[in-house]
Amino acid sequence: MGNWQSAIGNLLMLSWTIYLSFLGVLVLLLLPPGDARSARGVALFSALGGLLCAIAGTLAAPAGLFTITKVPWVKSLGIEYFLATDGISLVLVLLTGLASVTGILFSWNIEHRAKEFFALYLALIGGVYGVFLSFDLFTLFVFYELAIIPKYFLIAVWGSTRKEYGAMKLALYSFVGSAMVLIGLVAAFVVAGGHSFNLVELAKFPFPETFQKWAFPLVFVGFAILAGMWPFHTWAPTGHVAAPTAASMLLAGVVMKLGAYGALRVAMTLFPLGLVAWQHELALLAVIGIVGGAMVALTQKDFKFVIGYSSVSHMGFVLLGLATLNTIGLSGAVLQMFSHGIIAGLLFGVVGRMVYDRTHTRELTVLEGMGLLKALPFAAVTFAIAAVASMGLPGFSGFIAELQVLVGAWQSLPGFAVASGVGIVIGVAYTLRALQKAFFADEGGPGSTPAPTGHSEGAGGIAPSQACSNDSGRGHTFEPITIPERLGAAVLIFTTLLLGLYPKLLLDLIVPSLETPLFDALRKGGLQ
Amino acid sequence: MDYLALLKLAAPETLVVVAALAVLAIDLLVMRGEPARNRMLVAFLFAGLGFFAAGFYMVEAGAPGRIADGMLVVEPIGRVVKLVLLALSLLTLALSLDSDFTDHAGEFTALVMLATVGMMFMVGSENLLMIFVSLELTSLSLYALAAFNKRNPRSAEAALKYFLFGGMAAAFLLFGLSLIYGITGSISLPAIAKALHARAFDPVMAVALVLIIIGFGFKVAAVPFHLWAPDAYQGAPTPAAALIASGSKVASFFLFAKLLMTGFAGAAGSGAWRAAVPGWMPLVCVVALLSMILGNLAAIAQTSVKRLLAWSAVAHAGYALLGILADNDRGVSSLIYYVATYGLTVIGAFGVVSAIERDGDATLADFAGLWQRSPLLAVCMLIFLLSLAGIPPLAGFFGKFYVFVAAAGGAKQLGLLWLVIAAIAMSAVSLYYYLLVLKQALVGEAPADTPAMNVPLATRLALIAIAIGVVLLGCAPDLLLGPIGSALGGAQH
Repeated sequence: MGNWQSAIGNLLMLSWTIYLSFLGVLVLLLLPPGDARSARGVALFSALGGLLCAIAGTLAAPAGLFTITKVPWVKSLGIEYFLATDGISLVLVLLTGLASVTGILFSWNIEHRAKEFFALYLALIGGVYGVFLSFDLFTLFVFYELAIIPKYFLIAVWGSTRKEYGAMKLALYSFVGSAMVLIGLVAAFVVAGGHSFNLVELAKFPFPETFQKWAFPLVFVGFAILAGMWPFHTWAPTGHVAAPTAASMLLAGVVMKLGAYGALRVAMTLFPLGLVAWQHELALLAVIGIVGGAMVALTQKDFKFVIGYSSVSHMGFVLLGLATLNTIGLSGAVLQMFSHGIIAGLLFGVVGRMVYDRTHTRELTVLEGMGLLKALPFAAVTFAIAAVASMGLPGFSGFIAELQVLVGAWQSLPGFAVASGVGIVIGVAYTLRALQKAFFADEGGPGSTPAPTGHSEGAGGIAPSQACSNDSGRGHTFEPITIPERLGAAVLIFTTLLLGLYPKLLLDLIVPSLETPLFDALRKGGLQ
Repeated sequence: MDYLALLKLAAPETLVVVAALAVLAIDLLVMRGEPARNRMLVAFLFAGLGFFAAGFYMVEAGAPGRIADGMLVVEPIGRVVKLVLLALSLLTLALSLDSDFTDHAGEFTALVMLATVGMMFMVGSENLLMIFVSLELTSLSLYALAAFNKRNPRSAEAALKYFLFGGMAAAFLLFGLSLIYGITGSISLPAIAKALHARAFDPVMAVALVLIIIGFGFKVAAVPFHLWAPDAYQGAPTPAAALIASGSKVASFFLFAKLLMTGFAGAAGSGAWRAAVPGWMPLVCVVALLSMILGNLAAIAQTSVKRLLAWSAVAHAGYALLGILADNDRGVSSLIYYVATYGLTVIGAFGVVSAIERDGDATLADFAGLWQRSPLLAVCMLIFLLSLAGIPPLAGFFGKFYVFVAAAGGAKQLGLLWLVIAAIAMSAVSLYYYLLVLKQALVGEAPADTPAMNVPLATRLALIAIAIGVVLLGCAPDLLLGPIGSALGGAQH
């Protein structure tokens, strides 16, 4: 990258990803109610600003760990407001930037309480940026919890299908997870002498092995709940389905990564011996998630539930990668976080915005009869691309990420690697099934009887004109795909292709970060 | 005895008493016949003047000192707590400016001020007799305040329950204190500490401790001495309930901590898991655990928001006890931070309730669609309840975090971790019922026939000030921890 004079300045820009989001929240709160247009504008502006800061910061960042801001916060406990970054953080900050911008593009049609919607959305984004950039455990935890409440309201107010249940379930699961993390953090702070929450300092402290053995599962599982780890994953499908499109894009795209990131950044760096002790149990849970999630996805009738369970399955690869304890598996896990964030965003964008907002149904059997290939060709093509990427075909980001995880797993946990291969095969099956039913169904074939009335859910049900114009499913006319939707889809497709064709782009950021002193303890604990 | 020195030490309390008498006199002699609103406002202005004078004196001229063997003690940490008490009482009065439950503005204001004086004396004494008298001054004022809404029979019921339980608890406490005097031959805390230190833990001491814990358990509404709380909170006029929940708790907790940590320093024992040693610690551990569990579980089932706040107060008493259990300077500073910010938040929550309530109570359904009727109240309620639930960056989060850290790192490292784990788990439960209220307030639509609310200016200003305080103290805890830390001698790190 060269010795840029402005490197420091550009790194400070990274912290502006956080501040721009919260600034956006403030501006939105001051807007007059009912003005959806300017609310959208402000939100897009601040999300774009965040993305630009993220890109600029990434280009300027040197390899390894780099401090952005470090000021004392609460002196009596040694708490610091400590923002820093390494390659892993950068990858996830980039992902957050992309997900936030495309999420806004996909929620361009929100009119109901638009200003509150975007304010909560940006508050969530700000919290997520904060988690990825915090290297003080207290700061990290503050940002982590900050993200819970916006999620609840985004789903409870703007969601569909049992939204209040889904929202409460998600909020309570998240809060229970963070409670487990908090216990571990408080205990670690006390055991290490009670002077500092600085992650870099704490990672140097040799925690006793007996302590690590119970603290590690507590903190790891606490974070992994949010990553959709089996058997604590049940919030994910219900939450994703209930959430409005932009929120499910964020949930699957970014929030689940918060959990995986926390598990890697906090649990594994602080308690490496704990990871060694629990490696096989974790790998087992991850594989059950991969295979089980895929099998459940295969049986779903609701389009969005298919994607929801596929997220559980794909996040299983992240957790398996973390459990491999070797560099190739770990970097694969981080890559998979990014890749799944992009692909899941795209899938939810198609299902939630392009299809559901127009057809007002997500029942696959009903969609079968609508002839969406002809009615919404753009959606069909986008979904086909996303499906191919999700299946892990070469050329897309999912391939290289899952391949790395599998190679890593093959080296240290061969049995689990074979088992998770089964998950990939089922993954192809459920993705093709959904693709075929939703878009490529033979319109005259069996099961195409359009009798949608009983299935309509959520906001409006099916408009009479659509329900009547049904000479065997033909003739459905929907509002055409709008420019913002096309734009959002294009950005996401471009990213997954770029990464699939040239993964070095991110691997050059990730791999050197695994060599920083932060991972010293993990290396001593057996990281290869 | 040097009367000038006495007057100097007791000057802040004296100023508040003089102001209270002035409020009474002016209200009865001058303001009679004026509309209730104006009388309330004038009384408030004089009360504010008295509070400011007392606070100013403490900050500028209040030199530390003690007199008459600890009858009256002025020390830096007590000064911080007294300032917190003055601020909380003033906010309570500000929020009652527009309530219409009484025409007796002068008496109401004066009683609040007298209760405040009692709390200040509670904080500033190391003498058992003085402690008991100041406790009674506070309690009697609060009993009367709870009964202040004469139009609502619930208010009388609340006051009667509060009074009967309170009287019983006072008897227990007095009995306990007299046993301590019997054992040690002294009523001054340092002397008691010295005498107890030399003595092994015996049954008489155990009885005395249990009796004292019963007395204070009642004051701070900890299980199993909490039975009065839900009825008293629900029936009492909302400002009175706010004072019972905030100022009275701050003072009681501080006094309780002082009594146990200095007076009974030799009889602490240990509440460590499977390694308990007799003393006050295991007893307080049990009380704290029961309070957190029962308070949070019972709150889930409430439909009256005031009762919900009462049960949540029981739970919060349990968390605050963790600060006492830490038994060191960090514990004291976490306790003060916790109860001060809790008091602030709960006054705000009661302020919102009193703006919404009809006929002296507010159910969950009364909050429906609050965001449409009054966005300000909705946002304030969001801030207060999330702070109570312990969501960052609000004051309640840091308060909880700090007591958890203090308790986990107490005398015996990680000895109390089991209790901290229970506290964190129950804190996760609490989010559920706070979200139930917020769901009504922010998610649903208002019923069609409800008009927009007109929130009086004074209430609006007070609520905004409290909300800003809650956010600010949460984002920059050192604003309060700094003074506490330097008052404790900067010994903690």
